[in-house]
Amino acid sequence: MKTRARWGKRATFIVGFTLAFAYVFPFFLVFVNSLKLKYDILENPLAIPVQITWENFQQAYTKMNFFRSLTNSIIITFFSVSLLIIFSSMLAYYLARTKTKLSKYIFLILVASMIVPFQALMIPFMARFAQFVSWNNRGALIFFYIGFGVALSTFLYHGFISNIPTEIDEAASIDGASDMVAFWRIIFPMMRPVTATVAIINALWIWNDFLLPRLVLTNESQTLPLSTYLFYGQYSIEYGQAMAGLVLAVIPIVIFYLILQKQFISGISAGAVK
Amino acid sequence: MKSARAMKKFIKFAGIPLAIFSVVLVVPFVNGAYYTFTDWDGFETTKLVGFSNYTKSFQDPTFWSTLRFTALFVVVSLILVNAVAFGLALIVTSQLRSKNFLRTFFFVPNLVGGVVLGVIWQFIFNSALVALANKYDWELFKQSWLQDTNKAFWALIIVTVWQSSGYMMIVYITGLVSIETDVLEASQIDGASPLRTLFTIKIPLMAQAFTIALFLTLRGGFMAYDVNVALTGGGPFRTTELISLHIFQDAFANGNFGTGQSKAVVMFLIVALAALVQVSVSKRYEVQR
Repeated sequence: MKTRARWGKRATFIVGFTLAFAYVFPFFLVFVNSLKLKYDILENPLAIPVQITWENFQQAYTKMNFFRSLTNSIIITFFSVSLLIIFSSMLAYYLARTKTKLSKYIFLILVASMIVPFQALMIPFMARFAQFVSWNNRGALIFFYIGFGVALSTFLYHGFISNIPTEIDEAASIDGASDMVAFWRIIFPMMRPVTATVAIINALWIWNDFLLPRLVLTNESQTLPLSTYLFYGQYSIEYGQAMAGLVLAVIPIVIFYLILQKQFISGISAGAVK
Repeated sequence: MKSARAMKKFIKFAGIPLAIFSVVLVVPFVNGAYYTFTDWDGFETTKLVGFSNYTKSFQDPTFWSTLRFTALFVVVSLILVNAVAFGLALIVTSQLRSKNFLRTFFFVPNLVGGVVLGVIWQFIFNSALVALANKYDWELFKQSWLQDTNKAFWALIIVTVWQSSGYMMIVYITGLVSIETDVLEASQIDGASPLRTLFTIKIPLMAQAFTIALFLTLRGGFMAYDVNVALTGGGPFRTTELISLHIFQDAFANGNFGTGQSKAVVMFLIVALAALVQVSVSKRYEVQR
């Protein structure tokens, strides 16, 4: 019995490591090839670089306007996520605490809206908002993200607020705190775990989103996924540059993930059970 | 007096988010549904045309082939993503000392967006594998998988599984760790084998995780766009176009706003129906605790 268990453990270990290797291998391949000369890539994509070159990175950096794209990505993600947290926590608080028919219906509509695919909206959407977009495309994009993200975020907050006893609100209002003060000073700080979930789920989505920014943003305001797409049409000519571009595009989020790994995992799992 | 105060509270807390939600989501949705019954050309409408946009959409043979392709993609990716994700979750919740380390790795593909991974895998299928195949004489990879409709389908599946199984793994981990240890201990004392415990205790008790993961993969499968664009671009000859890309092409590349929007409404109805059926079926398997 004991040896069987040990063999089982050994088998899991081997399977686990083989899979982990398969999951990261594509990234490794990209990294290795970003350091190679064009000829070496075509010769053997798997080999370790014979002669390391940083030229690919320099070219990719300028071509994709890395610093500008990174700044755009950070600005757009930061403002969208912060505003989503503020608005959806307030909305969820209102809906969870006001036991009227209206708030019940609003909540139902929000939940139902989550199965509407973006594709069902995008055509009238672009026709309707063309002017708004041309006036300030980054602002418009943030506005759209709030609209599309508010349902899920409110849903997550709603579940959490329902578990906070109403006595806390009542105590605050007896002490003379207004609704707003009570919410921001007392309720909101209690919701830190959901806030982390909401922040991570939305940040991952917005940081990596491609379709909406592609429709909305201009060249000057493009985000990292869009600037990576630049290499797409040309990749067959310059493998090395494309690989370097990918490394540059992936590094910020991977670093962020490695630092906040625990929060990522617990945030997503908290979001999954709602 | 009381209703005025209630109104004020409503505006303060719910006013802005609901206004944005309506403008961004509700209005285009209603608007889009209305447009499908008119001769809308992207700018203006002059008259109602009944169901003609829908009949035109369904007369389009490429729409049918896209629907078939998408259905196949959704079913296969749903099964494989969840099977792999559940397997990963089992590995990561086992007694291994390196489990946290493994979990970190399995989740990494999830951090990158569809376009980035599309470009990575295009390099793998088009260049890396082909170069290796020519060197070592592997028949299977000599021609790029993306040049062939059937193989391109499997390429899409492989990339989708690689990307989303890490996320679903976390959903399953959450389900697995939520099972009370005394139930598991009881089954062990009763002499149940690990497999038996898995099928008769663990899986039924974590059915909720399956409901959620299946719903997410179902929705994700229908809405897949980035991977499709970046990996195959719909090629060869538009045979690997999933529904999202098909609608995008119809409306923005070919300027058929009427049929494009009708197809989008059809897509919405299919997703809504499929999600409804899936959730109500899997809810039936959930055990009340």
